Amino acid sequence: MSRTVLKLFVAGRSLQSERAIRNLRSICREALEEDLEVVIIDVLEHPNEAEVSRICASPTLLRELPPPVRRVIGDLSDAGDVIAGLGLHTSRA
Amino acid sequence: MWADANGQELANRFKDAPVKKKLTGIQGFDLITEGGLPLNRTTLVVGTAGSAKTVFAVQFLVSGIEQCDEPGVFVTFEERPADICTNFASLGWRIEDWVKEKKWAFVDASPAPEQMTVSGPFDFGGLMAQLERAIRKVGAKRVAIDSLGAAFAQYPQNAIVRHEIFRIANALRELGVTSVMTAERQEEYGEISRHGVEEFVADNVVILRNILEDEKRRRTVEALKFRGTSHHKGEYPFTVSAEEGIVVIPLSAIELKQKSTIIRRPSGNAELDKMCGGGIFRDSIILVTGATGCGKTLMTTEFISGGARAGERCLLLAFEESRDQLFRNASGWGVDFAQFERDGLLKVMCAYPESKGLEDHLIQIKKTIQEFKPERLAVDSLSALERVSTTKGYREFVVALTSFVKHLEVASLFTATTPTLVGGTSVTEAHISTITDSIILLRYVEMLGDMRRGIMVLKMRGSAHDKNIREFTIDGEGMHIGKSFTNITGILAGFPHTVPADEAARIERLFRNGQMDPAEM
Repeated sequence: MSRTVLKLFVAGRSLQSERAIRNLRSICREALEEDLEVVIIDVLEHPNEAEVSRICASPTLLRELPPPVRRVIGDLSDAGDVIAGLGLHTSRA
Repeated sequence: MWADANGQELANRFKDAPVKKKLTGIQGFDLITEGGLPLNRTTLVVGTAGSAKTVFAVQFLVSGIEQCDEPGVFVTFEERPADICTNFASLGWRIEDWVKEKKWAFVDASPAPEQMTVSGPFDFGGLMAQLERAIRKVGAKRVAIDSLGAAFAQYPQNAIVRHEIFRIANALRELGVTSVMTAERQEEYGEISRHGVEEFVADNVVILRNILEDEKRRRTVEALKFRGTSHHKGEYPFTVSAEEGIVVIPLSAIELKQKSTIIRRPSGNAELDKMCGGGIFRDSIILVTGATGCGKTLMTTEFISGGARAGERCLLLAFEESRDQLFRNASGWGVDFAQFERDGLLKVMCAYPESKGLEDHLIQIKKTIQEFKPERLAVDSLSALERVSTTKGYREFVVALTSFVKHLEVASLFTATTPTLVGGTSVTEAHISTITDSIILLRYVEMLGDMRRGIMVLKMRGSAHDKNIREFTIDGEGMHIGKSFTNITGILAGFPHTVPADEAARIERLFRNGQMDPAEM
């Protein structure tokens, strides 16, 4: 199975950022992908990363691999939307 | 004139204002805003589609770099940075080079190509981080954000976008940069902007309009509000020229502070000089009005020839006849334009009125005057330009042109064609009669089945002049002014009729010594 890379861009340690990280964790627990890598990037510390990936909204979650790139913005509070947006496989129906 | 005042002069003029401003460097705009945009604030620039918002935003940064050596950051929600570089290269703006020289930085907030899902609330933290980084990277003093409408289109959560824009505006103030944000509007005269952004973003609003009037497009700019500081009210025309981008024509910002001279110069016709009390003033503006074919072009030719013979540099702007026609006409009256040109004393510029908009004509005329530096200017005819513009636009053009030449002390002669053969007035007369120093009327006079020509000096500021209506004839040597029409009345009204000689004598006696003789009444 191919490698899946998710990058979560947050802006500082705000409540919104914490929420997004927590929501992403629980989504990852559901995911069936075997080789799943998650990177969390704080754009306040690494603004160049935001530039390269063209991050305006935060939090933004990018599925960098496998192609094509998928983008989800928001605090990821609707797991169903996030899973669909990212095209992940889960045990859900 | 104000329009040509340099930045330093303007800055001094407004340095005591409570809210400091930053000169934009956009020609004319700094005048109507009395010194530019409020310093370290955000100004909202709104306009309909095609109203040159993006040009304004880009030019705000360009003139910062070119004129004030101030780097800038451009945030684009709409076009890709590469497209912006390409689109504005034709204006001679080397944005790509400036990016390399770290004078210009882009923040690319245009829609990402990939599919995007929204799940829950978000903010513009990523954009802010990029913006701050870009500002620090180039040491920006100016930021342009184009456009808010595109930001709203990208993120359907309007409330969030609105709040975030508000946050960005505040952050920009903290960072000590002066910024513009562009926003769409749907109607030229209606609510300020489409998403109601003006209510939460900007204390300062500039409106760009692109109005369709009588099938002609007319661009205007209005400083609607600048909180805590003054500015000129109302709409001012502007044009987007291929060389300089936006050029605002600051009409009422022009000051009446012309100097005055008593030096007289030959008008080109000795008899006319006599009528004018010894020649025309060196800095005066003369309006010659008359019906078609009654000698306006001849007067123009003599005016030019009089100047050139006295060693003055003359500029002739012709909007009715071609160069060949002008030269042929002149030689028909014994004037050799070609020789004057070879001597460097004459420059002839012919243009078809419809070839461009009035604002562009004005810019070109000003440019030619600044380059050639004439001491004498003739425009034949000014009224030909009437048809390419709206009445309002034409009036503004005339005011801008006359005040410009007045300031440079260029002796100017403008001709205007009256719509009727005898008598009559023209729009031009109505617009510039108060600005001109002299008005000369050329009129057809119908007498006993003959069409004859009459000339009259109606007004001559600062000088005594002949008040008679004199007859003149035209031959191979030009214009010959003769005796006054005696015993004729009603020429100006267009209904000349003969007065018997004894009646004229009686009237003459009536007013003798400034008092009436009761016995005659």
